[in-house]
Amino acid sequence: MIQEPAGTAIGQPNAIAMAFFFGFISITLGITWWAAKRTRTTEHFYAAGRTVTAGQNGFALAGDYMSAASFLGIAGLVSTTGFDGLIYSTGWLVGWPVVLFLIAEPLRNLGRYTFADVVAMRLRQTPVRIAAAVGTLATVTLYLIAQMVGAGGLIRLMFGFSYEHAIVLVGIVMIGYVLFGGMIATTWVQIVKAVLLMTGALLLALLVLLRFDWSPAKLFAAAAQQYGSGVLAPGRLVSNPLDAISLGMALMFGTAGLPHILMRFYTVPDAQTARRSVFIATGLIGLFYLLTFILGFGAMVLVGPETIKSVDPGGNMAAPLLAELLGGTPFLGFIAAVAFATILAVVAGLTLSGAAALSHDLWVSVFRKGRAEPGEQLRVARLATLALGVVTVALGITFKGQNVAFMVSLAFAIAASANFPALLLAIFWRRYTTAGAVTSMAVGTIATLLLIYLSPTIQVDILGEQSAWFPLKNPALVTLPLSFAAGMLVSWLAPEPEAAMGFTRLERQTHLGLESE
Amino acid sequence: MLEVDLKLRELDRARWRMALALTSGMVLTYFGFIAMVAFGRSVLAIQVMPGLSLGILLGALVIVASWVLTWVYVRWANSVYDPAVRALLASRR
Repeated sequence: MIQEPAGTAIGQPNAIAMAFFFGFISITLGITWWAAKRTRTTEHFYAAGRTVTAGQNGFALAGDYMSAASFLGIAGLVSTTGFDGLIYSTGWLVGWPVVLFLIAEPLRNLGRYTFADVVAMRLRQTPVRIAAAVGTLATVTLYLIAQMVGAGGLIRLMFGFSYEHAIVLVGIVMIGYVLFGGMIATTWVQIVKAVLLMTGALLLALLVLLRFDWSPAKLFAAAAQQYGSGVLAPGRLVSNPLDAISLGMALMFGTAGLPHILMRFYTVPDAQTARRSVFIATGLIGLFYLLTFILGFGAMVLVGPETIKSVDPGGNMAAPLLAELLGGTPFLGFIAAVAFATILAVVAGLTLSGAAALSHDLWVSVFRKGRAEPGEQLRVARLATLALGVVTVALGITFKGQNVAFMVSLAFAIAASANFPALLLAIFWRRYTTAGAVTSMAVGTIATLLLIYLSPTIQVDILGEQSAWFPLKNPALVTLPLSFAAGMLVSWLAPEPEAAMGFTRLERQTHLGLESE
Repeated sequence: MLEVDLKLRELDRARWRMALALTSGMVLTYFGFIAMVAFGRSVLAIQVMPGLSLGILLGALVIVASWVLTWVYVRWANSVYDPAVRALLASRR
């Protein structure tokens, strides 16, 4: 098969991309203006007044979760490595059933705005809230840095803006959504983004399959014919099985500890709606990752790994290049705008959950001991949004040019080892205590950060050492069981009778909701 | 202990049993796939039909299995769990 020449409009500001891009911004700012008029209380600001439907929340969850890294990164990885990239496609989905089975419904019935509400419910507020806020902020900050640095690079590649301009633009628009429109605007931005992303990926996959008689197998066969049958089987990426298992644990249990995902369950009216919304989200996200099989191999066969790497060594431009080849500059413009919308929506969701930890968990619950006026709560929430937004932009600029790809898997590792064990034990285990909860969250966070620092990711790839003390790239295999063990051991050694007594009420509320009160 | 609370405890056990069984199913599916990737390279390279290697097929099946497991849970919750909760709430009034 003859490859098309490498001439591409990527990196030059093209009119169609700009039109889509400003179209998206005007529509979402219109939504924000509409949402701002409806955001009068903290319940509106954090939880969209709890009126979001299952379908809406399903799309919004998918929108919150599917980042530009998964759209551009996995398509790029598959197009340059073949099967190895698919290991990630499957890994990113398997956390969702776990969220449904273990977390979604109890969380909805037990909490109000943050997952700390649930952990702290029958325990002593102050220490638990502080530990949970640290876990939340660590997860959110690492995730935000990875998204912002990725965003700056991608927008520079696609639109030709400077890196700093791109970061500031993303920051301003994102702060606009969250500050004025709160969760109502954030939810609708996620929905618009999820619809755009699914549409873009579906169209692209259909255009690929059109060239292969609608048969994915023919597409894979063409890839094997051009690049050897090795691209259809495991290659060098998974050289250490323990590494793969450790990353798998972080992805599987980390999803159930991501603050911006957990927060979404408070936007629906009841546990049944929460359940249906995860079902819909799992369907959408699964479909999306199945499509990445087609997009990745499509880009490999039609564009070619060499061309893809010549535009961006990381392979991130595989999907945009494929779009340009199949649908010309207009389709490239559409896909570029979709990628941008994807970034904006994810950072908005992250910022809102970080602001909730700062204002609801730290300011209102710890500093004001729960005695803040409603008006003050809303003011502090907005102030926290603004502060976090500015910090995000500053971090994005600080980390320019750094290798931050590992930060997403680090965020998942902390979510899996700090937030998830505390949350699960709090709703599952009668004898869990305040000291146990604080220990499991602290051990999870500190051990994860320490082991990442000692891992080959930092020591070899970034600091350039010959070897690393800790052999795994992702520490979840060690830190997740460690956090469970530490939390349980401390709870066993020093029982807390009041916490155990509160469990009966928790149990009732888990199943019967607030109606039982 | 009140009868309502006994029934509630029973319901709680049933939900956790279901949740943990399905979670184990997901864990086994995914880590089984990862173990195949790590230790069964030659098996995964077998092409079931031209182009469709066992690796790609199993990868797609992991996604399908996630769908099936979530569907099983939602079915159980709608047809067993929800009616039991409603009955409990009614008996409290």
